[in-house]
Amino acid sequence: MLTLSTQLNTYLVIGAILFGFGIFGLVRRPSLIGMLIAVELVLSGASINFMAFNRFLAPDPTVGQIITLFIMAIAAAEAAISLSIVIAVYRNYKSIEVEDLVELKG
Amino acid sequence: MNPSLFSPEGLAGVIFLILICVTMIGAIIATCTKRLIRSVSGLAVCFVGVAGLYYFLNSPFVAMMELLIYVGAVCVTIAFAIMLAEPDEARLARKLSGLSGGLAAICGGAVSFALGYAAVNGHWMAPAAQVNDGSLKMIGQSLLTKYSMVFELISIVLLVAIIGSVALARAGRRGN
Repeated sequence: MLTLSTQLNTYLVIGAILFGFGIFGLVRRPSLIGMLIAVELVLSGASINFMAFNRFLAPDPTVGQIITLFIMAIAAAEAAISLSIVIAVYRNYKSIEVEDLVELKG
Repeated sequence: MNPSLFSPEGLAGVIFLILICVTMIGAIIATCTKRLIRSVSGLAVCFVGVAGLYYFLNSPFVAMMELLIYVGAVCVTIAFAIMLAEPDEARLARKLSGLSGGLAAICGGAVSFALGYAAVNGHWMAPAAQVNDGSLKMIGQSLLTKYSMVFELISIVLLVAIIGSVALARAGRRGN
C-alpha cells in the first residue's frame, strides 16, 4: 500500500478516474461554467497520464514535462476565451444554461 | 518490500495516499455540488492534489506551475465569471434530478473503467536508458532549442486568446 507512488499503474488509474469525473460532469452539468470546470478535470487527467509515462517510460524525461506545460498554457487560453464567450452569452440571453441557448441565426 | 510506517519511504507513501484522497474528494466536489462556486473550490482542491502527484513524479517545477496557473489563475478567473453571470440556482437544482444524472454516471463510469482497464492490463516497455535527468536545467535547454518553435507558437496563441477575449466581451456590451 505504501509503495503505490513508485508504480506506473497508480498514476494511470488516477488519470482515468479524473477523466471519468470530467466526462460525468460534462454530461450532467446544465450550465456552461459547470461544463468548463468539467473540461478542466479532463485536461488534468490527460496531463497526469503524460507525466506518468514521462517519469516511468520515456527515454527523454523533459518531453512530458514540456507537454504538460503546453497543456497548461492551452487550458489557460481556453478558459479565458470560453469565459468571455459565457459573459457575452449572458448579456444577450440573461442565462448561461445550455437548454436556453437554442436560437440559431444564419 | 513494504517499508515500515515511520521510515521516510513509509511517510512518503502516507503523504501520497493523502494526496490521492485530496484529488478524488476535490473531483467529487467539483462535479457533484449544486452551487457553482463550491464546484470551483472543489476544482482548486483537486488541482492542489494533482500538483502533489506531480511532485511525486520527480517534477517540482511542473507542480509549482500547476499551483500558479491552475489554482492561482484559472480557478480565480472562473470564480469571477460566476460572480458576473450567476446562474439561477433554483432552476438548476430542479433540472439536475432525473435521467441526466444516471446517464452521466454511466458515461463517466464506462470511460473511466475502460481507460483504467486498458492501463492496468497494457504491457508497457521500460526504456533502455534515459538520456538526461529531466531537471529544470534540461527543461529550459530543450524549451529554447528543440521546442523553441512550439514555445513561440504558444505565446502567439496566448496573445490571440487575450485579444479575442477582450474583443468578445466588448462585442457583447455594444449589443446591449
